[in-house]
Amino acid sequence: MKRLKSLLGTELPVAAILAFALLPWAWMVLSSFRPDADLTHSPVQLLPSTLSLANHIELLARTSFLSNLRDSLIVAMGAVVLGLALSLPAAYAFSRFRFPGRSVLLIQFLAINMFPVVMLILPLFVLFRQFGLLDTYLALIVGHATFTLPFAIWLMTSYVDGIPIDLDQAAALDGATRWQQMWLVVLPLTLPGVVAVGIYLFISSWNEYLFALMLAGRDIRTVTVALQSFIGENQIQWGLLMAGGTLVGLPATVLFLLTQRQLVGGLTGGAVKG
Amino acid sequence: MRREATTPWVLLAPALAITSLIVLFPAAQTIWMSIHDVVLFRPRTRPFVGLANYLTALADPVFWQSLGTSLIWVVAAVGLQFLLGLGAALLLNRQFRWRGLARALVVVPWALPSVIIGLIWTWMLDFNLGLINAVGVRLGLLEHPVAWLSQPGTALAAVILAVVWQGFPFFAVTLLAGLQAIPAELYEAASLDGAGGFAKFRHVTLPGIAGVMITALLLRMIWVANSLDLILVMTGGGPGTATQTLPLHAFLTAWSGGNYGQGSALAVILTLLLLSVVIVYVARSRRT
Repeated sequence: MKRLKSLLGTELPVAAILAFALLPWAWMVLSSFRPDADLTHSPVQLLPSTLSLANHIELLARTSFLSNLRDSLIVAMGAVVLGLALSLPAAYAFSRFRFPGRSVLLIQFLAINMFPVVMLILPLFVLFRQFGLLDTYLALIVGHATFTLPFAIWLMTSYVDGIPIDLDQAAALDGATRWQQMWLVVLPLTLPGVVAVGIYLFISSWNEYLFALMLAGRDIRTVTVALQSFIGENQIQWGLLMAGGTLVGLPATVLFLLTQRQLVGGLTGGAVKG
Repeated sequence: MRREATTPWVLLAPALAITSLIVLFPAAQTIWMSIHDVVLFRPRTRPFVGLANYLTALADPVFWQSLGTSLIWVVAAVGLQFLLGLGAALLLNRQFRWRGLARALVVVPWALPSVIIGLIWTWMLDFNLGLINAVGVRLGLLEHPVAWLSQPGTALAAVILAVVWQGFPFFAVTLLAGLQAIPAELYEAASLDGAGGFAKFRHVTLPGIAGVMITALLLRMIWVANSLDLILVMTGGGPGTATQTLPLHAFLTAWSGGNYGQGSALAVILTLLLLSVVIVYVARSRRT
């Protein structure tokens, strides 16, 4: 009886919610393995006549998709490196020092996160054009890293806060400089935080569309921009699109599942505890 | 805590420099452009025009229509994401055998890029080949296939469906984290006092997650109000202006219309409208 109650009252509704969450995605994945004749068949056939890798192979072999994947990877890795290089020292400063203007700066970083991108994209376009940076890796790396910086700093600060300051002080007594304390004491202990922030930076950059469209798109074309441009072509090739969506969605999803707990904790911040 | 006065500034300098260059400077430029007549194909002259761009924008019926669309978009999207997320969180907080798996899988839509979410739903909603029309007609829910994304009456609902799908896991996981932080003793005490299921929800659960709930709602409101990529990918604001929200209106005015001045004025208006929400959010974050 108890089992039945759990089944009807909990497990069935959970299954319904999961179906809503996963079915559209699963339908894309399934579609990517179906031949074009299947996809364009009207009325729609729910079950595939056959499964094949044809769409995936054509996408990788005959379109620019491989070089788009490479561009996305370079930009995302660059954003990770730059984002970490900027957020680590900033987080250390926020965590270990009390200085005039500290709370104003913290608020400033929080508020920057809330700026409408549409307010910034045009001047950025003009600025990057003046410096000849349009359509370069650097433009996208800088853009992506900066826009994910506030949350990265916030998340990182909470990690550094978690490391007892006694450790810094003990190192200082042993004659370690401030720089050595940061690199040799705090950084190794923050590694889980560095990984979480790094993955956050990677996913954000990998998934980003508007910057990649506006500040690049011709020579440097990330996967999100490339996929969208496939739709724009006169005859939509759904098989290729579905294969592209399946492949592009995979890295972010896997990384997200791995670091879910840390990212959610950082997102809700003190609110969860309070 | 420490005596070195300059060290924190040295550590913060790179982050501050890059945010000034990439965020604050362009923001100031947008404000500057909004009070000048800046048109793409006339780059040499940029006369000061005061509030003319704002007045033109406000006199344009498309502005008011976009504002209305934005309101529906934010209220419907955030409201539905919240309700669905709350339901999911309450269920995922109960005991059942595959709970861990369910908690992990529910986040999948949230992790996907907006472009792919747009792609998935454009495919699902396709007139001829879409799953929704096929299943709807087969089950007798639809008399005939519907061109969801190309009809003014259904396009907004269709993009809202996509954004609800994208965003409800955010509420599910944040609210679940809030639920898990409620001490079990509170429920036991409520039981001893004779509280039923609803009374417990009303007097223990809701107050327990109120903090995280409000933070999540504010955060999500700002994101949804600002976001334009999903709509841009699925409908481009169309058909006509049926799905054109305020940020998209600003973007299209500046970008497709080449009218930077007026597009900037629209972007500033959007920022001012959102400012109150941002202030409430920042004030709350400061407290914790």
